[in-house]
Amino acid sequence: MSEILTFDNVWLEYGDKIVLERVDLAIAEHSFVSIVGPSGAGKSSFLRLALGQEAPTQGRILLDGKALPPECGPDRGVVFQRYSVFPHLTALRNVMFGAECARARFTARLFGAARRTAAAKAEEMLVEVGLGDALHLYPSELSGGMQQRLAIAQALLARPRVLLLDEPFGALDPGIRQDMHRLILRLWQEHALTVLMVTHDISEAFKLGTRVLAFDKRRIDPQAPHRFGATAVYDLPLTRKSPADIPVPPPEVLRLTESVITNTQDSL
Amino acid sequence: MRWVNVRPNRRNSLLLGAVPLLLIVLVYLFVSAERHAANPSDKILPTPGAMVTAMRSLLVDADPLSGHLIFWADTLASLERLGIALGICALSALLVGMVLGVLPAARATFGGLVTTVAVIPPIAILPILFIVFGLGETAKVALIVVGVTPFLIRDLADHVAALPQEQMIKAQTLGASSWQLALRVALPQAMPRLIAGLRLSLGPAWVYLISAEAIASDVGLGYRIFLVRRYLSMDIIIPYVAWISLLAIAMDVALAQLSRRGFAWAHQADR
Repeated sequence: MSEILTFDNVWLEYGDKIVLERVDLAIAEHSFVSIVGPSGAGKSSFLRLALGQEAPTQGRILLDGKALPPECGPDRGVVFQRYSVFPHLTALRNVMFGAECARARFTARLFGAARRTAAAKAEEMLVEVGLGDALHLYPSELSGGMQQRLAIAQALLARPRVLLLDEPFGALDPGIRQDMHRLILRLWQEHALTVLMVTHDISEAFKLGTRVLAFDKRRIDPQAPHRFGATAVYDLPLTRKSPADIPVPPPEVLRLTESVITNTQDSL
Repeated sequence: MRWVNVRPNRRNSLLLGAVPLLLIVLVYLFVSAERHAANPSDKILPTPGAMVTAMRSLLVDADPLSGHLIFWADTLASLERLGIALGICALSALLVGMVLGVLPAARATFGGLVTTVAVIPPIAILPILFIVFGLGETAKVALIVVGVTPFLIRDLADHVAALPQEQMIKAQTLGASSWQLALRVALPQAMPRLIAGLRLSLGPAWVYLISAEAIASDVGLGYRIFLVRRYLSMDIIIPYVAWISLLAIAMDVALAQLSRRGFAWAHQADR
């Protein structure tokens, strides 16, 4: 499998505080990478780098072999834990947003046949994520799980090279979370996606991922803890993948993230 | 049952809301009758009959000098000034507020200027407006615009800048340009806030209007009140003040309805 996203000796610093150091990673196409680690270990910073929301202080990030511009673009889709959908648009219009921006540069609105085509595509995607009955509802009328389904549908229709998920299921009930796991695995297979997912839930990381990255600081200077940054301390490729052979996390990884595990019992 | 748990239903709420208003009217009628019993030519608290008589001449009899129905000419003039001014306020606040809210560079450049202008008491620069624009309509409209716009701009810019960063990122990952982001993400979410800001600005706007009319005008609700003050004509002042509050309430309700009809998504929480 070819590499789609490469981190080449990436450092991220805020002033004299080093957040990430020496991140060297290559993400293969069609992999599902779970990122775990304690709070403040730079998981979200790592995702922001991949998203282009921030630029690395040193090093290079390559997407398909080309340097990543320090700006978000349609080649990377994203789903956040909250606020990923537009509250003033119905579900259908939310999903049509990408097409409308691409096709109508000035008005960002489509009319006539173009609009019907876009609406049909959006509807198809909404049906696929299980929101076929909620086309004309506003996000505030949807439950948390439905809002995340909507956010995923919206991101997928833009056909991103990489889909970035920032604790996408963190705010959901355990039962709903199971449904979402099935959904995201199915979409990952069907659309041949490459996924980077940050999560606090270690069992979720092992259940979904084909590769688990654990972020933490390699070294700690007690006098100046901020002078050492975090990096991927464990990089575990997993082979897969029927629900029966979900791997049990190795004990050292469990110990590492024990403090942040919120829900282990619900998915194992 | 605890007092905090006593919740009147809709019908009782209306009744309860009417009680203080009715009480004020009753107290007024009582005191007025008492004063007239002591002095039949009292002008300070006129009886309702006196008010009707005084207002009838303004409502239905044309003014011999100008040929206008004075009350309606006053109302029209004031509403025209207020309408034009609030229209200019809303449009310029939308334009500037959006630019400041969406573009951090614009905010860094002009944010300080807007804040500086906003702290100038508008009445203090009324003389400047009269000097620059003359005593005509422009100065009165300008006073309201100067008084209300900076508040609206700051409110709107803050609101737009505080929209969740996640939405902005998401829009960009869906391919939106700066313009598309402003047009499709920020603008629709700014509109209900602009209407809410306008509703809050109605009070100050009326203050500026009446002030400007009181100082230099020849027609308008504020002008009339300050004119008849010289003759102690409470029988005209009180109906005029009541009429102004009615107009203000009507405008407030109309704006609230506009927001509910046009931007239903923003009001789903308070249903």
